[in-house]
Amino acid sequence: MSTSVVELPGTRDAPPRSAPTNRRVAEHTVEIVSDSGEGAQKCGQIFGAVSAKMGNGVWTVEIIPAEIQPPARVPEGASGNRIRLGASAVTNWGDETNLVVAFNEQVLLARHRQGALADDAIVLIEDRWATDPDEEIVQAWESAMAELAGTHYRIIRVPMEAACLTLVDNPRKGKNMFVLGVLACIYGRDRERIKEQIAYAFRKKSESVYTTNVALMELGYAWAERELDFRIDVPVNPTTEAMVVMNGNEALALGAVAAGFELCAMYPITPATSVSHQLAEIFDRFGGVLHQAEDEIAAIGVAIGASYAGKVAFTVTSGPGLALKTEFIGLAVMTETPLVVVDVQRGGPSTGLPTKVEQSDLLAVLYGQPGDAPKVVLAPSTIEECFHVMVTARRIAETFRCVVIVLSDANLATGVQPFPRPALDERWMRAAFDQDPVPPDAKPYGWDPETGLSHRIIPGQPNGMFTLTGLEHDERSKVAYSSGVHARASAMRSRKLAVLQEMLLPPEVNGDPSGDLLIVGWGSTRGAIEEAVARARAEGARVSSTHLTVLSPLQPGVRELFSRFRRVCTVELNYSDDPAAPHITTQNRRLGQLAWLLRAATLVDVDCWTRIPGEPLRPADIHDAIRQQLAIVTGGDA
Amino acid sequence: MTTGAGCGCPLLAAAAEDDERSLTLSDYEGATARWCPGCGDHGVLTAVERLLTEEQLRPEQTVFVSGIGCSSRFPHYLRTYGFHGIHGRALPVATGIRLHRPDLTVFVVMGDGDCTSIGAGHWLHALRYNVKMVALLLDNSIYGLTKNQTSPTTPQGHPSNTQPRGSWLPPLNPVQVALGMTNASFVAQTAEWMPAHLAATLRAAYRHDGFAFVRVLQRCPVYMPQNYKAAVQQPALVELLVHDDGVSASEIARTYTNRITHDPGDLDRARELANPSERIRLGVFYRDPTRPRYEITRQLPARDVSDRLALLNTELDKYAV
Repeated sequence: MSTSVVELPGTRDAPPRSAPTNRRVAEHTVEIVSDSGEGAQKCGQIFGAVSAKMGNGVWTVEIIPAEIQPPARVPEGASGNRIRLGASAVTNWGDETNLVVAFNEQVLLARHRQGALADDAIVLIEDRWATDPDEEIVQAWESAMAELAGTHYRIIRVPMEAACLTLVDNPRKGKNMFVLGVLACIYGRDRERIKEQIAYAFRKKSESVYTTNVALMELGYAWAERELDFRIDVPVNPTTEAMVVMNGNEALALGAVAAGFELCAMYPITPATSVSHQLAEIFDRFGGVLHQAEDEIAAIGVAIGASYAGKVAFTVTSGPGLALKTEFIGLAVMTETPLVVVDVQRGGPSTGLPTKVEQSDLLAVLYGQPGDAPKVVLAPSTIEECFHVMVTARRIAETFRCVVIVLSDANLATGVQPFPRPALDERWMRAAFDQDPVPPDAKPYGWDPETGLSHRIIPGQPNGMFTLTGLEHDERSKVAYSSGVHARASAMRSRKLAVLQEMLLPPEVNGDPSGDLLIVGWGSTRGAIEEAVARARAEGARVSSTHLTVLSPLQPGVRELFSRFRRVCTVELNYSDDPAAPHITTQNRRLGQLAWLLRAATLVDVDCWTRIPGEPLRPADIHDAIRQQLAIVTGGDA
Repeated sequence: MTTGAGCGCPLLAAAAEDDERSLTLSDYEGATARWCPGCGDHGVLTAVERLLTEEQLRPEQTVFVSGIGCSSRFPHYLRTYGFHGIHGRALPVATGIRLHRPDLTVFVVMGDGDCTSIGAGHWLHALRYNVKMVALLLDNSIYGLTKNQTSPTTPQGHPSNTQPRGSWLPPLNPVQVALGMTNASFVAQTAEWMPAHLAATLRAAYRHDGFAFVRVLQRCPVYMPQNYKAAVQQPALVELLVHDDGVSASEIARTYTNRITHDPGDLDRARELANPSERIRLGVFYRDPTRPRYEITRQLPARDVSDRLALLNTELDKYAV
């Protein structure tokens, strides 16, 4: 089958077509790609938010070029949003795109070459390049069309610029709203809600910007209504439950406010920075301070100073910043200063892939400090959990006088998803700030010998004067190098994790409690893993999954859980050696990070399936991996 | 009450009313200092204890923050709150303490390695933040705790274990650096062997509304015994900057007769005087209490929990489906 190119007249007087076909589908994935700066992301964000508000399940991810202003019309400059719509809840970005709107043929090629588009994808493409006065551009267009000729895409040319020029002088700034209108028509979106969302998106701009954008949106809607012969209906399922829709970094920031944090000290780093953008907007009104420090080290130093002084503080960073904070994290562990460190992971090592998702900081946060530095590690697996994890992290940090690392990632950071509106609780916010006198014999580290827990003394408290030190110290914070004190103090710092573990629930199992294969995941891969497991189970496979949200200490019962499955395999977004690669043997194969951890903790022969595509995992790929793993269990006859 | 006046902090008002203790030197004494005999740190500790007593600073409202090095043992030898952290990072910690706690008086004690080498970046930015605290650079021009390595302030040509054929480069001049930094508001230099001048300088620093940077010239009897020896023996090698707005130290006027009247409000002149010269210049080089202070700029009224809860609910409304 050859590419079907539908030539559409782009004029206003064209006669209306016959009634369009209406395809009703349980889910559909749409993406909008443009050169950087053409507003595809804003278009996608508005479309996603409106879809969520109407009652669709939604998962939105950003398509981000590596450079701020890449040259125009090059594949690597592709920028935009990908929105997966569902009739019911959507937990991940899915597999392939069903409909793509491209502002030029080069960004379309980029998505095509990445395998992002379904075989039968509908492609809506700006057609002005086909007749551009610049011959090179026309040639590029033609060669792109030739490259796409072997596909089964349905390519529809859209006179975006020509249409926009009837309303505005600079169509580069208006096409995105025109496209928003086109999508609104195709997917039957409520235009009043779209207008509200446009008003919100451009709330810092003038009224005329709003009016122009609405007019462009209406223009696109009218064009699609007249010219397109299809509509897509992803049934909406409005819920009576109060919902909010946001991305994971917004959830972390609002969660921090809900948790009563008073200071966020940070240094700009992708993809963590937008947490601080959100706080910069609102934190002042809550009496909170967003402190942009001179560097990553100072950022955590300020947070530790504030926490030592009795205030609730956290710092937020990503891989390279985490590396710089290493020594201060060790100090907080040694001095039992409550501290929350949020690490929004990206690809590494070194500067790595700043805008791309990866889950490769797990072992670094666990073992990154010289010396023994026990700490708590939490990994939210949904955007909703990004909100609530801040409440949990603060509570653990203060109760256990410890460092809590929150591992988010670029997928959660930029993914947008609706979730039940958090029911705020005053108790989350209350300060633990105490300025009452302490008994004259109070010890700054009065460890309970059973649990290692102790009561913190805050500067300002009469009788409490002591010198906190990063040197090894006894209960009175007196410097002590003797082996006895070091062994006891180390045990006390470590014991707290065991006590915390006793308070945790065993991991939940998605699927049957026993079977042939257990998939173990952590962090943002939850939705994709559970969808893949559901598909495999629908085929009759005896596969279940579990998702660990507390990685240090590990939730109790992991080993017992593993014993109920014939095979256990992690699915992770980090590097592991391909078992079939040259030189790789079972003796030297380097595994995924959670797999290492679980093998050490359970002595179970945990395998791993990991990938580092720089984008979220697709359920279809995990489904394939499940089939391969099951084939190993059943001796190849699965 | 002695600090944070006018900040409107409720803690201050409450604390000031019911505290009628009369504090003496012994109220501030911590563990016995274990610096080497003859170390300049002893003299600074004595001067600081004197300041605390004179100003009647409440021990529980006072925090000494240090990094790593000989001088960073300082907090252990006082009976106040202390934070003996990591190498070079005392200033960020002190900033974090002060940001939300204007009721606390904060002193920072750093060595030359701490301040001018590993922590130099923080030093520059602390000068610019101008958060109220007294920052002491206890500068003995050598690494002592790690046993005799070159520091940025080691005199050129002086041999050490890491530069045995003599320090390669001219020494960093901390006063020049500080005076070059935007928004620096108090820069002074004094010497541990001149207790009266040291005390007067500390007092001026403590009373300054902003980040008061004081470089204290020190001897290290073990690794730098020759350093400043001449100046100690010959007061003629010292030149005092004097002014009604600076440090007068009249009790040493007879001994130290080289005096320059210098208005600490004159930054250009301060920078000239900071240039290397035949004589060691001590005094307040620069002082401007009107410079913006970060913690005041960022000072936000505390909101009670119910207000914050209502505000957050309004914020969530924007994301409501």
